[in-house]
Amino acid sequence: MIDFFQSIGHNVLSRFASLGRATRMLLGALISVPDFRKGPGLLIRQLYMVGHQSLLIIMVSGLFIGMVLALQGYTVLVGYGAEDSLGPLVALSLLRELGPVVTALLFAGRAGSALTAEIGLMKATEQLSSLEMMAIDPLRRIISPRFWAGFISMPLLALIFSAVAIIGAHLVGVDWLGVDSGSFWSIMQSQVSFEKDILNGMIKSFVFALVVTWIALYKGYDCVPTSEGISKATTETVVHSSLAVLGFDFLLTAVMFSG
Amino acid sequence: MNTRKIEILVGLFVAFGVAAFAVLALKVANSGISGSGETYTLNAKFENIGSLKTRAPIKVGGVVVGRVDGISIHPQEFVPVVAMSIDADYECQFSDTTSVSILTSGVLGEQYLGISPVIASESAKQTCLGNEVTDTSSDLDDLFGVQSKALKDGDLVTDTKSALVLEELIGQFLFNQGSE
Amino acid sequence: MSELVNVDVESDLSQAIVEIKDVTFSRGERTIYKNMSFCVPKGKITAIMGPSGIGKTTMLRLIGGQLKPDSGDILFEGQSIPSMSRKALYDIRTKMSMLFQSGALFTDMSVFDNIAFPLREHTQLSEELIRLVVLMKLQAVGLRGAKDLMPSELSGGMARRAALARSIALDPELIMYDEPFAGQDPISMGVLVKLIKSLNEVLGISSLIVTHDVNEVLSIADHVVIIAEQGVIGSGTPEQMQQHDSALVQQFLKGLSDGPVPFHYKAQNYQEELLSGSQQ
Repeated sequence: MIDFFQSIGHNVLSRFASLGRATRMLLGALISVPDFRKGPGLLIRQLYMVGHQSLLIIMVSGLFIGMVLALQGYTVLVGYGAEDSLGPLVALSLLRELGPVVTALLFAGRAGSALTAEIGLMKATEQLSSLEMMAIDPLRRIISPRFWAGFISMPLLALIFSAVAIIGAHLVGVDWLGVDSGSFWSIMQSQVSFEKDILNGMIKSFVFALVVTWIALYKGYDCVPTSEGISKATTETVVHSSLAVLGFDFLLTAVMFSG
Repeated sequence: MNTRKIEILVGLFVAFGVAAFAVLALKVANSGISGSGETYTLNAKFENIGSLKTRAPIKVGGVVVGRVDGISIHPQEFVPVVAMSIDADYECQFSDTTSVSILTSGVLGEQYLGISPVIASESAKQTCLGNEVTDTSSDLDDLFGVQSKALKDGDLVTDTKSALVLEELIGQFLFNQGSE
Repeated sequence: MSELVNVDVESDLSQAIVEIKDVTFSRGERTIYKNMSFCVPKGKITAIMGPSGIGKTTMLRLIGGQLKPDSGDILFEGQSIPSMSRKALYDIRTKMSMLFQSGALFTDMSVFDNIAFPLREHTQLSEELIRLVVLMKLQAVGLRGAKDLMPSELSGGMARRAALARSIALDPELIMYDEPFAGQDPISMGVLVKLIKSLNEVLGISSLIVTHDVNEVLSIADHVVIIAEQGVIGSGTPEQMQQHDSALVQQFLKGLSDGPVPFHYKAQNYQEELLSGSQQ
């Protein structure tokens, strides 16, 4: 029995220690940012790896999710003769929830796992140690540009996701199912607010970007430097960041849209 | 992969993002009233607001001039009070005899507020804007011996028509049929 | 330098580049070193040898300042590494370099860019000058023709040579080699032995080699330190070590399977265990 409580206590303490190390890593990466002599090149390279490489999966998923939303929404709305409200239904669900959340989940799977694996591999092959021995801070050189790339990319990806999904919904709703194009757009416009919906959605996106990128980088940086450790860290990145995204989404929605 | 190609692709990615933002901001959201800043608030008491929601549009002759900002219950009279946020361009334009009614667009459509404006007199406008009024002789209102005022921020509109509730309408209809 | 007298050393130690003084270091519950002292002479090749798993690599990380000892002091050119500020530590690291066991080349850069990397980070040289320096370093390790290859295209021995070129890019005063001969075929082993020797002779770089490849390292080392049982069990020139009277040193140098380090892992009596059946 004592052992049981002891192991709980031990677990809790090691969770706190882990959170502390993660915070120290993030602060180390953020405080030591400005190295503009080499900075932009590194950042652009990471924007390519993290952002541009995720573009295809985001756009394709967005298109399909928009089309499915339109199809499902239409079958329900047409029963009430309210198929004109398809526009706001699709736009609001995308901008407020699906855009930021699905993008964050896809991002965790596509870019987050890649970041963890890359950094874990750098650790396992002693590249991080070797940077330190070359008197170059790996937090500044490796972690910082990846963090900023993730932080910038994800909101852009979420915007692209929503825009493509709305186009997909238009394709299905207007061009296939025959909702009037004019009312599709105009009712959407009358219902969607720039600040309340688009900006709040973007704030969500920035929060998710911080959470996912941070978890991915930390899991890589703190992993056990063996092939087993890296694969475990990669899995943990996807699981932990997906759960964190959904949890934060609930909190943010409660704050933003319940009033 | 050389640097230049990466730069171009990243540029493309950022351009996509900005374009998506522009599409969402301009095409999807209402870039009209709520985005353009300055508004002032009028309150109106109703007996029944039906299913009026916050952010429902406020229209004058079909043109949107504002949005419903909040709905609350009057603390003493226990009737709903609707706070209307209206474009600041129309401040001091409406007279206090203006009426506000809750209307429905289409049979099952959303409910909105319609303002039937009574244009405030020149002197009332000036008073409302805080200017000194020197010459009041030309005002028509004086003929009736009533001094009308213009509506400014925070004022209460008294002349309101509540929402039509379907059950009440049917009840009235049956009642009328019966009495004939 | 009077405190060095007690160390059993015959080589010329009038100038030591690294001094380890009474260092105790433990990882978790396990004590790795206990009051260990030795020094690394300037301009010589020093070998640290010992059985696997006694923390030879840890020693290099202590010298590099990546780890801090529990007690004791580590001096590099007379300056104390553990008590250094972060900035001073980063400054002094430009004077030392480390060849990692895996080579630790950056996998996303070509060989050329790998070697140019420390130059681009720490100097203001023009690209043209950097090109010249990199080509000279690559020529020294015989890999000038491989400059456009990616690290994944190199064999293990070539990767280690490329990493060696990178570690001498900034002309350090001390190179620490972590198991440079591990997993190499005889030819690349010979190449590495020759390279380490010639870098030491031509450039006068002090070298510290951590290894358990006895024959290779005894052929080039000027000074040997053997570590076991949480401390130094013997040090001196290779010849002195061959004559050393410690049984442990002899077992290690000759590669005997049984001796002070037993062949059998700690276990209960063999006969008893066989006869005990399945009750246990």
